[in-house]
Amino acid sequence: MSDLLERLLDGDHRALARTITNIENRAPGYRDLVSGLYEHAGTAEVIGITGSPGAGKSTLVDKMAETYRDRGETVGVIAIDPSSPFTGGAVLGDRIRMASNVGDMDVFFRSMSARGSLGGVSIATADAVKALDAFGKDRIIVETVGAGQNEIDIVKTADTVAVLVQPGSGDDVQMLKAGILEIADVFVVNKADLDGADRTVQELREMLDLRGNAGSGRNDQHTGHGHHAEVTAVESDAAAADADGDGRAGAADGAALKQAEAEPGDDGGSDAVWTPPIVEAVATHGEGVDAFLDAIDDHHAHLDSTGEARAKARERYAEEIRTLLREDTAALIAEEIDARGGIDDLVDGVVAGDTDPYGIADDVLDPVAACLRERREDG
Amino acid sequence: MSAGQTQQPIRCLVAKVGLDGHDRGAHVIARAFRDAGFEVVYSGLHRSPDEVVQAAVQEDVDVLGISILSGAHNTLVPKILDGLDEYDALDDTLVLLGGIVPDKDQDELEEQGVSAIFGPGASMEDTIEFVRENAPER
Repeated sequence: MSDLLERLLDGDHRALARTITNIENRAPGYRDLVSGLYEHAGTAEVIGITGSPGAGKSTLVDKMAETYRDRGETVGVIAIDPSSPFTGGAVLGDRIRMASNVGDMDVFFRSMSARGSLGGVSIATADAVKALDAFGKDRIIVETVGAGQNEIDIVKTADTVAVLVQPGSGDDVQMLKAGILEIADVFVVNKADLDGADRTVQELREMLDLRGNAGSGRNDQHTGHGHHAEVTAVESDAAAADADGDGRAGAADGAALKQAEAEPGDDGGSDAVWTPPIVEAVATHGEGVDAFLDAIDDHHAHLDSTGEARAKARERYAEEIRTLLREDTAALIAEEIDARGGIDDLVDGVVAGDTDPYGIADDVLDPVAACLRERREDG
Repeated sequence: MSAGQTQQPIRCLVAKVGLDGHDRGAHVIARAFRDAGFEVVYSGLHRSPDEVVQAAVQEDVDVLGISILSGAHNTLVPKILDGLDEYDALDDTLVLLGGIVPDKDQDELEEQGVSAIFGPGASMEDTIEFVRENAPER
């Protein structure tokens, strides 16, 4: 296994691929392997991309990778697709859209299946990111369908989370629902050339305003500023918006972005609060990609300058420790269930009316709890 | 470890290589593999041998299924096999061909590293069974 780590650090693509496989499979020895990755990781910038199916995530990721490569940076991509709850099988289709980076091994694209395991996929993803990081990738993009809590856990492993929204993806109640919209550091309204894009931008902006108003008074200044965080990247769209009499959208292109960067500083103190910019894009044509990457860089600078980067890293470590412990405890308990004759025997007891699930849980766990307490007291 | 964690699904790349534009068969096999519990990466149409190799290496697949109808198998498939060999991946990748491959070409391709060829009329069950039995142990 250490041979594998050495080859990975040496730049061997196949060793990197095999490492990720071992991580996914929880193959024997994978823990030592991941432990070994830690001291070599920590330099890559991790970007999470999520959004509903069909929002254009893969296409955007493809263009992002292309742009980063043009700038001389190396890229790792992990794309997670759901697996069948019945067979465990999966079709991992995101690779199809990685057309701009064909034959370029410095874009390392890896498809992962969610494998139906609660929590497991997020730690496997975090470990795979670590592998890409240790391998030396400058930028790592994690792409996942934003369908539930699992996906939110996954993107939380990223420094910056971008949520893709496509026009017409629901009424404003959708915006009120808890979930992926809350975790966005950057919004991308993709397919901005479609009807309804303006409205989607407007709805997002209103949602952000509400969020700002719900917070401290300091946040109120943000709304007073006239939506400085908005970035309009599609010129034609900006023109269209102007015709609508929506002058705000007229501040097109990079200028708006610079403004977004500068303004929070103006009202001193509010630079500690990040208002997610809204970037309009047409990923299929590469429009808006530069503005999007700028917004990501801005967010990264914000994380650094406010010390949030450190706090985030701590939070991530805490989550990793908790998840690992949960997994290990679950394994320990599975062992204990087997030792007691298997889950079917326990179920028989419930069916027969002799006991109930709560009683069984107490039965199984009480000795463990007692043992741990005893050891703690003994010091 | 609970059962869910020790399962290792068979990973497959279903690839279309070269100019032929018919991938209905590839879709059908991808779906059948999925329903058999495999993890299937589909390459999309019009891939070059290099791209197929890149995908097979990065995805670390157990099985590479190449669907080819264009008659260019004698040119394209050896390039893929060579590419896999370059990355040291040929030995533990099960390479399958599907589509139209005349009998007279089959021996040569199998000699070069193709494990099996499934032509028209091959049954899905047989194909899946073959993969289950022959997918390399990791």
